[in-house]
Amino acid sequence: MSGSRKVTAAASVLLLLSLAGSVLLLRRLDQARTTATPEEVLYLNSPKWVKRLSLGYDGLLADIYWTRAVQYFGGRHVVGAKDYRLLYPLLEITTALDPKLIVAYQFGANFVAPNPPEGAGMPDKAVALVEYGIRNNPDNWKLYYELGFIYYYMKPTDYGKAAEAFERGTKVPNAHPFLRVLAAQMAQHAGEIETSRMLWQAAYATTQEELLRKNAVAHLRALKVDEDITGLETMVARYREQTGVLPSNFNVLIGEGMLLGVPVDPDGKPYKLMPDGRIELRSPEDFSFVVKGLPPGYVPGPPKFH
Amino acid sequence: MSRVVYIAANTFREAVRDRVLYNLIAFAVLLSGAAILVGQISIDIERLVVVNLGLTAVSLFGVVIAIFIGIGLVSKEMEKRTLYTVLSRPVRRWEFIVGKFFGLAGTLLVNTFFMAVGVFAALLYVSHKFQSSDAWILVALFFIVLQLLILCSLALLFSSFSSPLLSAVFAFSLFVIGSFAEDLRLFARMTRGLTHGLAATAAYLVPNFSALNVIGQVAHEQPISWHLIACNTAYALAYSTMAICGAVLIFERRNLK
Repeated sequence: MSGSRKVTAAASVLLLLSLAGSVLLLRRLDQARTTATPEEVLYLNSPKWVKRLSLGYDGLLADIYWTRAVQYFGGRHVVGAKDYRLLYPLLEITTALDPKLIVAYQFGANFVAPNPPEGAGMPDKAVALVEYGIRNNPDNWKLYYELGFIYYYMKPTDYGKAAEAFERGTKVPNAHPFLRVLAAQMAQHAGEIETSRMLWQAAYATTQEELLRKNAVAHLRALKVDEDITGLETMVARYREQTGVLPSNFNVLIGEGMLLGVPVDPDGKPYKLMPDGRIELRSPEDFSFVVKGLPPGYVPGPPKFH
Repeated sequence: MSRVVYIAANTFREAVRDRVLYNLIAFAVLLSGAAILVGQISIDIERLVVVNLGLTAVSLFGVVIAIFIGIGLVSKEMEKRTLYTVLSRPVRRWEFIVGKFFGLAGTLLVNTFFMAVGVFAALLYVSHKFQSSDAWILVALFFIVLQLLILCSLALLFSSFSSPLLSAVFAFSLFVIGSFAEDLRLFARMTRGLTHGLAATAAYLVPNFSALNVIGQVAHEQPISWHLIACNTAYALAYSTMAICGAVLIFERRNLK
């Protein structure tokens, strides 16, 4: 082997060895630093400064901040975190960099408004975010819809402001006709489950994003369960009124002509009639967001999307 | 005129020989990576990212090439002593400067063309079809070319009297200040007296790159007015001509011994 070839072979081997060594060392470093990892920080928390430093390339920076917000929310949501302190500042910077980034208002508000672990539990900030979006995009009806949605899901529900938001949306050119119906329903405080269903159906219809559609489907499934269980528990109470005893199983109600068959959940699994007359889901873990049909003391896990 | 064309062609050839167009590989990797990955880590912004990232990369790659090639156009020729060979022939100094400018402008144009093809290919990949509003991306690309022409002429201007390092510092500083041109003008409007005079002069003297940046608008499929296109084109041509004239004036008087 000539001198040059020897050098080539030695350098190649050394290169591969040092590459493997650096990868291994980096992994060891990661393990060593787990406890020493600094708390998540924003580095720059002033939207104005970030915009200035973007040198005019604010569109790309807004996309990066939006992705960061999605990753931050997703990362904490999946572990059922209760603290989302960086979420709103991230969204504030995103929308300051690109005030036309509708997706950041539309979905960002959905991350910020709900109570933990579904969201950051900051409905006031969600309202501020969407109002800022409306100021910058007054002709986008989806933002008025989003605003009404937040007011409706606030605790306690602010029907007046929800109706006002939907009403403002109806005045926008090319607004979806369901805004008018929603505005009327809010004004009447009518049909809680029916209104919720309509809102989630609208949420499903107004996005092409798979994850958000799955979220809407999960809520619609939960509403169906809540509606079924409300109906069944009313039926059980009526039977008790008539006979003085609780039905031991669904066959008793079928025999009385009150039911046509054993009632099933949206997955086709039969509901359980408990000895105390309550109705329970057979697999509550399959239904995120349900309010009824949960065993006493049941702690829901992170949301599951079907 | 043929001498200008010859120098321009030679400058272009030299840039290609210096592997300037290799940046296209980095650009292609960046864009295809973003087009594939963004859909998985973000929500609903695939098209926006391709347009924003694509056009930002076209602009920044172009800025780096314009500055780093532009600053060496004169000094490199002097260092290699080829300038003396060129000027000993029937080539006027202004022809040398103008030829160099067109050579670098041609390099940047070719580079931008290939990157534009990449942007549209990535756009087709994420959107599956083109829409009429995508035509505005061409306007943004045209504005980027105008921005690069201005920078190229400025780099040449600094290169005509200064060292490559200082030229790079000057050109890059002007690029940063030019990006804040609108703010500078706003500041001038808010001041009075001497400060107003100084700020207003500075605001009108530095190149206005913020007016040439419409990336955000086209990413949101918003149209660009023909008035803005006409004004920006005229402005970029006027500013570049001014800088090249400055470079010619300085180079004509420069002692090359």
